[in-house]
Amino acid sequence: MIRHHLSDALLTGYSAGTLPEAFSLLVATHVSLCDECRARLAAQDAVGGALLDRQEAVPMAEGALTATLARITGTAPEARPVSRPAPGLFPEPLRAYVGGDAEAVRWRPVGGGVRQAILPTASGASARLLYIPGGTAVPDHGHRGTELTLVLQGAFRDETDRFARGDVETADEALEHTPIAEAGDPCICLAVTDAPLRFNGLIPRLLQPFLKI
Amino acid sequence: MTIDDDGARHCAQMLAVARHADQAAFAALFAHFAPRLKAFLMKSGATAAQAEDCAQDVMATVWRKAGQFDPARASVATWIFTIARNRRIDLLRRDRRPEPEDLPWGPEPEPDQADALALQQDSQRLGEALAQLPEEQRALIERAYFGDLSHSEIAAATGLPLGTIKSRIRLALEKLRQKLT
Repeated sequence: MIRHHLSDALLTGYSAGTLPEAFSLLVATHVSLCDECRARLAAQDAVGGALLDRQEAVPMAEGALTATLARITGTAPEARPVSRPAPGLFPEPLRAYVGGDAEAVRWRPVGGGVRQAILPTASGASARLLYIPGGTAVPDHGHRGTELTLVLQGAFRDETDRFARGDVETADEALEHTPIAEAGDPCICLAVTDAPLRFNGLIPRLLQPFLKI
Repeated sequence: MTIDDDGARHCAQMLAVARHADQAAFAALFAHFAPRLKAFLMKSGATAAQAEDCAQDVMATVWRKAGQFDPARASVATWIFTIARNRRIDLLRRDRRPEPEDLPWGPEPEPDQADALALQQDSQRLGEALAQLPEEQRALIERAYFGDLSHSEIAAATGLPLGTIKSRIRLALEKLRQKLT
C-alpha cells in the first residue's frame, strides 16, 4: 500500500512536459507502480485537453488535410498492442535507463556498505540508484534543492516517517534527516535531485567529489 | 445537464477511425483539432511553419494509434493533447520524457458505454470549470501547459477541481485491473 505520493506540482509539470529528465524518470517510475497517481496524472492531462479544445483556431495551410492523408495513405490504424510488462523489481521506464532489471545495475561503493549507480540524464537534474544494506544509515544530510526518493525494494525510516516500495519522499532545503534502511532486505531507491547533495559529516564531505552528484 | 455535443461526436468519430479506418470521421476530427493544435503549438514557442508541420504529424499519429484511444479514460481532446505534448518535446528539443509502463492490457471487451459517457461528461465539466476561473489563474494554468513556467512557478498553478475526474479514471483503472487478473 503506497502512502507517499507525488505532489500536484510534479504531476502538472510532467503532464505539461516541462520537467527535467531525471524528475520525469522518477514520475514515470512511480506512476507505473501507483494507480492513484496514474489517475491523478490522467486528470492533469484532461486539463491539457480542455485547454487544447478551447484554443482559438489558427487556420491550417491550404491542402493540409490532403497532405496529412498522404502521410497515412495505405495504412490502417494499428491494432491495440498487447502489453505485458515483464515481472521484476524495476518498472519499464527505469529498466530502459539501467539496461535491465536490478541485476543489471553497475553499482559503485560509496562507503559504509552503501552503493550507488548514476543514471544518464540530461543536465539540470541528476538521477541515481542507491543500495543501502539493511540496518544502515545514509550519512546525515541536508538538501540544496529538491530531492525525491522513490523506494523500489525494502524500506527506510527517517525523522518524518517510514517509506516502502512505491513511496516517494520529497525533501527540500528545510529537511535535514538521517534515513536508515530497515533491517532485512537491502533498501534500493531511485533518487533524483536538482542540486548536489550536501553532507554534514567531514568524511562524507571529502567523499562527495567521488559521488559525482 | 446535457452531454457536450462536440465531445460525444468526437468520441464517436474517434471510435469510427479505430474500428473502421473511417476517413470521413478522420477529416471531421482534423477540421476541429488541427487548427487548435497549430494554435497550441505556436503558443508553446513553435513557428507557424513548425506548428503546421507538427499539427499534421500529430493528426497522422492520431490515425495510426487510434486503437489505443480508450474513451473510459480520456476525452478525444485529452488524448490528442498527450500526443501533441510528446511531439512538442521532440520538436523543441526539450529533455527526454520517459513514459509510465502501459497497463497490462490485451484483447479485452469493449469499454463500458456508461463509463465512457460519464468520463466525457466529467471532461466537459472540467472545461467549464476552467472557463469560469478568474482570468489570472486561468492564464497561469495556460502558461504551465504551454511550457512557459518554471517548476517553482507551477506550484501556484495547481489546486484545480480535479477530484471528480480523477475518481472516475481511478474506477476505470480498477475495472481494467480486475478484468486482467
